[in-house]
Amino acid sequence: MDVILFTVFNGLLYGMLLFLLSSGLTLIFGMMGVLNFAHASFFMLGAYFAYQISKYIGFIPALFIAPLIIAFCGAMVEKYALRRVHKFGHVAELLFTFGLFYIIEEIVQMIWGKVPVAYHVPEFLDFTLFSMSGMGYQAYAIFALLVSIAIFVALFSVLTKTRVGLIIQAALTHPEIVSSLGHNVPRVFMLVFGLGCALAGLAGVLAGNTLGTEPSMALSLGPIVFVVIVVGGLGSLKGALVASILIGILQTTAISLDVSINSFIETIGFTVNIESLWHIFIDLTLSQVAPILPYLLLVIMLILRPRGLFGNRDV
Amino acid sequence: MINIFKSFSTWIIIAIIAAALPMLFDSSFALTLLCKMGVLIIFTVAYNMLLGQGGMLSFGHAIYFGLAGYASIHILNGIGEETLPYFPTVLFPLIGAIVGLFFGSIIGYISTRRAGTAFAMISLGFCEMVTAMTLIFVIFFNGEDGIQTDRMVGPEPFGITFGPQIEVYYLILFWCIVTVALMYIITKTPFGKMSNAVRDNPERAAFIGYSVRRIRWQAFALSSMFAGAAGSLHALNYEQIGFEAVGVAQSGAVLFMAFIGGAGHFLGPVIGAIGLTYLDSTLADMTEAWLLYLGLTFSGIVMFAPGGLAGLIVMHGPIARTDNKLLIGLIKPYSLAIGSILLGLIGLIGIIEMLYFRSLISKGEGELIIFWTQFNANGILSWLLFLVLILIGIKSSKKTFAMAKESWDHAISVVKTEVSK
Repeated sequence: MDVILFTVFNGLLYGMLLFLLSSGLTLIFGMMGVLNFAHASFFMLGAYFAYQISKYIGFIPALFIAPLIIAFCGAMVEKYALRRVHKFGHVAELLFTFGLFYIIEEIVQMIWGKVPVAYHVPEFLDFTLFSMSGMGYQAYAIFALLVSIAIFVALFSVLTKTRVGLIIQAALTHPEIVSSLGHNVPRVFMLVFGLGCALAGLAGVLAGNTLGTEPSMALSLGPIVFVVIVVGGLGSLKGALVASILIGILQTTAISLDVSINSFIETIGFTVNIESLWHIFIDLTLSQVAPILPYLLLVIMLILRPRGLFGNRDV
Repeated sequence: MINIFKSFSTWIIIAIIAAALPMLFDSSFALTLLCKMGVLIIFTVAYNMLLGQGGMLSFGHAIYFGLAGYASIHILNGIGEETLPYFPTVLFPLIGAIVGLFFGSIIGYISTRRAGTAFAMISLGFCEMVTAMTLIFVIFFNGEDGIQTDRMVGPEPFGITFGPQIEVYYLILFWCIVTVALMYIITKTPFGKMSNAVRDNPERAAFIGYSVRRIRWQAFALSSMFAGAAGSLHALNYEQIGFEAVGVAQSGAVLFMAFIGGAGHFLGPVIGAIGLTYLDSTLADMTEAWLLYLGLTFSGIVMFAPGGLAGLIVMHGPIARTDNKLLIGLIKPYSLAIGSILLGLIGLIGIIEMLYFRSLISKGEGELIIFWTQFNANGILSWLLFLVLILIGIKSSKKTFAMAKESWDHAISVVKTEVSK
């Protein structure tokens, strides 16, 4: 029981981080149809900005300032580049952000170097908050979890309860009508793009010090975020939440389980003697295959339910 | 009939020129470069069957390239250890093609339900999955080290051992011409035309009774097949392959080549593959910021010239056909525009190089050499110089580009009136 609780909790921690990252992407994709390949790059920029800011004025200001700067950067990218590419279609937008991904990675290397920077957990949160079955939980991890949950609640209530959210949701499905009602749709798009990037940046601020702040962090998380939004259903915020937590728990569980097909066969009382190539498959432990599980989930999802968990159109 | 003969003779001329190249540039650097170009031309043109002809943007096409490479190396090793029967080295790309076709058919079946951004996302997922697998199934992929081989196995027909690089070059050249010609023929078949139709308007293609998904799937499988042939040659060329050959970086590189060269035109990817391979081999030694320049170029092309280099050239086709004088008239505004953008670029390159120099190389004091001239990375003067260059470049570009566009518009309108006469 303890083990289950432990892995579920860890999965929740990781899953909420994934949600923070993918919620921005889902929002942008759902509204504008723009698949932002550089989304994880904004996540990385968030971590680097937070490192730089917290070096001078501390972590708490960084938590607010860094996402704001990222939001500004994102809005500028939308205004001056994506809007121009928009007329060539969504694939061109994706291509542009793919180029942007390279540019941001290189600029980060240019400014901060190729090795990880020393972005640490702030001291006032660097203590063990409570212990569960012998494992201590750092206060910072709980803090990050609480922030993510707060963001989720805020995002959901803004989108469903307020007037701004109403306009955003309407622009999602009927941009022409919203614009003929007198709303400036391009400006709404710019703000949404900025907001999405800011969410990614916030995730970077929160996760950069535990995952490591280095130039390769964008590439290591970017593809998983894509898996999250396909599995959750394109454009569905609820789907992104469920898929993030699902993948978070899936990965942390797999990493902590040292079982293989072979060990399973042995526990039910058989032994296999295969001297063939198949041995490498049944000897693989679950923790070894953990990195491919999200992608496996993606493939299974595509075969069984192409619209994702909560999506309303097929991929 | 004459047309067929004409295009056939073009192919022969290109083949003869390519065959003579090693005699003109006989350094080993040039030979390695030519081999690499040949392999990447096949790969890029194959990739463009998806991107340009079929309208499918893939971030994972290196899967078929890399897996075919791995398979070829294992088979070569098997022949070398005499656990497998002999198979002529010349025909190895066929093995690669089969491997590519096999994986392309499976993955293509799952992922071609939709084109566009969803397809791109899924292709990235598959690419990551295969990359992760190379690190898990160590017995086949040997993790981060990759696997090695010796291409000199079995009997030596006509004394060709494929030991010397020059023999490999002619092997690559042969297959390059065969596969590119085949892919060219495919674009002319009804299937190739349907592939274009599905790219441009899937609803209409479906309405006249074609299964859109089936055509995408076929295009995907064929493209993977040719990518597999390229991967096999890649393995023969380097005698080793690593996990990076199946990864996102390799897939991104082929996307850059195809798109910068021009995805809309059959020969665009060839231009891209030759140009970028050359720059990659020469500039990567000269500057740290090569990938930054590549990313900037790519984004610039996406924003301002989505047809790529080939698109820019093709734009002038009708003008050249109508009247050469019109084309000559374009030279002046064009050179002005190019000159002003060059000015800005020099400034930008100077700034980037100095930034890199300060953060990565010197960490403080120092002189660096940009454009064969010495600059002080800490001196205010050199920063000012480059900044001014950028400003002048931007300012004059705005004017000269408008002029260049105007003169092109003028030339095209003349062409239009000529044609309507």
